[in-house]
Amino acid sequence: MANVLVFTEVHDGHVKPVTLEILGKLAGQTADVAVIGDLSAEQVSLLAKNGAQNVHKLKGANLDKYSPEGYANALSEFIKGKNYDYVFGGATSMGKDLLPRLATKFDAGLASDVVNFTFDGGSFAGTRPLFAGKCLAKVELTGPKPHFVSIRPNALGMTANPTAGSGTASDVNANAGDIRAAIKEMIKATSTKVDLTEANIIVTGGRAMKNAENFKILNELADVIGATVGASRAAVDSGFAPHAMQVGQTGKTVAPTLYIACGVSGAIQHLAGMRTSKVIVAINSDPDAPIFTRADYGIVGDLFQVVPVLTEEFKKLLGK
Amino acid sequence: MNIFVCVKQVPDTETKIIPTSDGSFIETASIKWIMNPYDEFAVEQALLVKQTNPAANVTVVRVGSTKDTEALRTAMAMGADDAILVDAADNLDSYSIAKALKGAIDKSGKKPDLILTGKQAIDDDALQVPQILAEMLKLPSVAVVVGFELSGTAVKAKREVEGGAIEVYELSTPCVIAANKGLNTPRYASLPGIMKAKKKPLAQHSLADVGVSDADRRVKYSGFRLPPEKPAGKKFDATDATKQREVVAQVVGLLRTEAKVI
Repeated sequence: MANVLVFTEVHDGHVKPVTLEILGKLAGQTADVAVIGDLSAEQVSLLAKNGAQNVHKLKGANLDKYSPEGYANALSEFIKGKNYDYVFGGATSMGKDLLPRLATKFDAGLASDVVNFTFDGGSFAGTRPLFAGKCLAKVELTGPKPHFVSIRPNALGMTANPTAGSGTASDVNANAGDIRAAIKEMIKATSTKVDLTEANIIVTGGRAMKNAENFKILNELADVIGATVGASRAAVDSGFAPHAMQVGQTGKTVAPTLYIACGVSGAIQHLAGMRTSKVIVAINSDPDAPIFTRADYGIVGDLFQVVPVLTEEFKKLLGK
Repeated sequence: MNIFVCVKQVPDTETKIIPTSDGSFIETASIKWIMNPYDEFAVEQALLVKQTNPAANVTVVRVGSTKDTEALRTAMAMGADDAILVDAADNLDSYSIAKALKGAIDKSGKKPDLILTGKQAIDDDALQVPQILAEMLKLPSVAVVVGFELSGTAVKAKREVEGGAIEVYELSTPCVIAANKGLNTPRYASLPGIMKAKKKPLAQHSLADVGVSDADRRVKYSGFRLPPEKPAGKKFDATDATKQREVVAQVVGLLRTEAKVI
């Protein structure tokens, strides 16, 4: 049995869903949770319900905002001297930045962007996509412990009936140490939607959208079904959408439950970035578009006609 | 001012990846190698800094196979001054690569003022090397950078996070900056640039020369395989405007009753 620490991020007072996915999958191991800052009793009991034993709340000066150095210093000081075999976290913006730095403080390895894993006799073995999902490989860790693992959001899924843990919460005095790169200002995103990498439903527009204004019909569809809007590389390179919205090998790799591709031809680098979506719907006027080879439901037709009808039909279905 | 740009050579994005028969890695023989797309933004940023600091020296460093030096020659054709190549297998893990990069920078005898990298390489997509390198060099870092300003030793870097929000960092050189798409528009190498690049110095080291051994491996990959192919789905014809609503309603119904995703 492995002794595991799960680092959780908190967003608007809530632990990130990937934390619960990780905890559920860690059933059979001993799992504690570490958070930087405070966490409500309600959130602690949610962690406990999903398997958390101890919940450590690291508190100290200069930890109110993320900084790679401050968070890595605080967490490494906390982890040192404990006997954790593994430290897990989400492969989120913060996790991707923080965990490699933290692991290096222990001269330890990090298996990043893992989509599934097992523990055999206390030893971790994971699966992760490489080459933007064009192939999969087994990933194992060696060298000094603890070993570090980051998990891609939405990949493991929630465990239906997790084994509860005790959820004993305690405050820990934490030290951010010397912070040389600090956030001076935050510029809010224009969208309040959940990020593409964590979205459950994604609606993506391709080159056939023709211009930025036409993304309005995708936004209308997205609003009805609670989706985040993405774009293909062709659409981004044509200036229809910012790079933050790009899905594919040089954009974001996504794994939503439902992916609706509108006017996306399906270049190999795009397919690589969205192939692990659970259900794929494609709308394209070209019946031979490669996207149809990956689509569970393909609709051959003009997206400018089909998408508004789709929006109306979803409205009816959802009683909106 | 010494600027180091770390670049990787990766298979072109249109490459079909084929695992080797023993699953130990991928078939590399017929791959077209390119400079990792995110590293182009790092090279360009180094050259932009050099434009306003003509005394700056831009060194590109790469850890990887020596059979093709495309990425380094491209960077020098764009305007980098010299290059260092550390001979290594293409499937080295992030920790070993970062340690080799540090070793190569140390060995150059030049004290780095600015280290630029791409935010990730599109082969193993590990997103680790910039942060590991920064930690090994005890330097501050900002990753996924879409805006960069340098004045004297003061750096202002804009980091893109979830949903396109921006964190604005202030720090000082020396530091590590990992570039994202959108940071700048990489220039094309000119013909004279390509000719000149052939004469620019390219130092070669072995992994042992830069202090890296097998014992530095932290992540082991095996069992490379293709992802399972999905069976072909259902296709509906909505080209006839009078049938569109019927077809769309049918798909929406299937998303609820069959796929159970809405």
